[in-house]
Amino acid sequence: MNFTEKLKKEWLGNVRGDVLAGIVVALALIPEAIAFSIIAGVDPMVGLYASFCIAIVIAFVGGRPGMISAATGAMALLMINLVADHGLEYLLAATILTGVLQVLFGVFKLASFMKFVPRSVMIGFVNALAILIFTAQLQHFVNETWVMYALVALTLLIIYGLPKITKAVPSTLVAIVVVTAIAITMNFGVRTVGDMGALPATLPLFALPNIPLTFETLMIIFPYSLALAIVGLLESLLTASIVDDMTDTDSDKNKESRGQGIANMVTGCFGGMAGCAMIGQSVINVKSGGRGRLSCLVAGVFLIVLILLLGNVVVQIPMAALAGVMIMVSIGTFDWNSLINIHKIPRTDAIVMVVTVGTVVYTHDLAKGVFAGVILSAIFFAWKISRVKVETMLSEDKVEKTYFVNGQLFFASVTDFVAQINYNDTVDKVIIDVTQAHLWDDSAVGAIDKIEYKYEQKGVEVEIRGLNKESSQLMEKIGGLSKASGH
Amino acid sequence: MMFKNILLAADGSPHSFRAAEKAIGLGKLTDGAVIEILYVLDGSKSKSDVLKYGDSDTASLKRKEMLSRYENLISESGLSCKTTILHGTPAETIIKHANQGKYDCLVIGSRGRSTVQTMILGSVSHKVMKHVKSPVVMVK
Repeated sequence: MNFTEKLKKEWLGNVRGDVLAGIVVALALIPEAIAFSIIAGVDPMVGLYASFCIAIVIAFVGGRPGMISAATGAMALLMINLVADHGLEYLLAATILTGVLQVLFGVFKLASFMKFVPRSVMIGFVNALAILIFTAQLQHFVNETWVMYALVALTLLIIYGLPKITKAVPSTLVAIVVVTAIAITMNFGVRTVGDMGALPATLPLFALPNIPLTFETLMIIFPYSLALAIVGLLESLLTASIVDDMTDTDSDKNKESRGQGIANMVTGCFGGMAGCAMIGQSVINVKSGGRGRLSCLVAGVFLIVLILLLGNVVVQIPMAALAGVMIMVSIGTFDWNSLINIHKIPRTDAIVMVVTVGTVVYTHDLAKGVFAGVILSAIFFAWKISRVKVETMLSEDKVEKTYFVNGQLFFASVTDFVAQINYNDTVDKVIIDVTQAHLWDDSAVGAIDKIEYKYEQKGVEVEIRGLNKESSQLMEKIGGLSKASGH
Repeated sequence: MMFKNILLAADGSPHSFRAAEKAIGLGKLTDGAVIEILYVLDGSKSKSDVLKYGDSDTASLKRKEMLSRYENLISESGLSCKTTILHGTPAETIIKHANQGKYDCLVIGSRGRSTVQTMILGSVSHKVMKHVKSPVVMVK
């Protein structure tokens, strides 16, 4: 397939499905973009501009057709402190820098390094994200009357109940329309989107962030940008894999990293907050028939058209309806299978998952949780692999003793290994059988030498049996030296 | 009634393995019977599988491994089989596929989902029983 054919297929291969799915996605994106803005502490317009810009740019430069990218909860949660301490302009600058970092990740093909993030950490990441989105809604319930609770309950009832009757219209949209209509006609006086910030019906304008271009500024935004870049790519590449799986097609992960970067750079210049791919929306898109690049473009364009036309209605959406939608989003994000099967998976994996979730919930920082999870996994791995099993067998005439060594011999495991050798054996010959073992480094060779040396001092003959090829090469290379010096 | 073309809905659950045994029992009654194993992959399953196995390639490998257990069961009994993997919502996709092909019967396990999931999402097998035109064997 040549370039133009590929382009044609990715854009026009599925026009009807892509346009319809794009519209469905746009309708679902609006409440989420507003809610994520509120989580980040910025005006609803910042999230809407972000969703508009990212969706349109990624449609052209992304590596995974059919995937939806926009303002997301994971990214919004990382911005809270930056916005609270330094304001919107710094967030926009951080967004541009996030894009630059992500483009670099893509150019240097760092996407493959994502394999160093273990699956239990990814599951912890997703679950922690769900918990944070949920807890971020709790502030909307503070000092509220029963009306608020009733409206949230009604929203959830419609969201989960309506699909049982019809799937023709997205149930979240119906829930928001119904709850908004009730709140307006009954004049409840509950808090609305308009109370949370301005929503001018204008298109985003190009403007570089108004910040001092100093080293100090860089030092403020860099840690946030790095965390945003990593978390954004993690979620984007995870989503890309899920879309790969749902559609039975492959995608270019490095191109996707670059694309996410370009999208964030553009977004920052147009007054939007950093975003990434969205698992939930991408699943909705594919389920609604979206496969090509067109669906993400339609989603972005339709979203901004709706906001420009219906901005004065959107500000009247009660916060209760948004909180309901966000509770649904958090329930959908959580990987419930991981909770149901937690007793079935290896205990260390379960601990890594719980520690990742715990760290995120405690620090409110997804990047720190991922970091803690990766470190803990590495420690568990070293601990697991450093366990060496030694079994012994005494010959019938009791003059020969064989140690069967099973495991990986390296710096972390030699102490454990040597401790299992008993030098007080009253035998004439000792055989160390390493058929089931592998010698990895200088420490391993040193340990074997030490055992030989100690036995020989006691006048016991030692035979090393079953060295595999690499291990014996290693022994020859360094073993000879240390043994010669030992004698 | 001859059961020559048998469609077996498989999801890896114990119920569906019992369904496979019943399908084999039915197939043995007719010479040259063929069992088609149908596996339907939906969005939420894709999500949890990718989270569980790391990437799409590993997830589809694990799925093939799971399906090969059905294939082995069927070929060991001397019947021929083929495997179809489709994407979509389980109930709707099974119904569509079953009604499009010429199957003498559909065999399905009574329950793959947990009680809670069934309460929220409804039972796949119930919907299938209602809308599939060929005879349906639901195995408990």
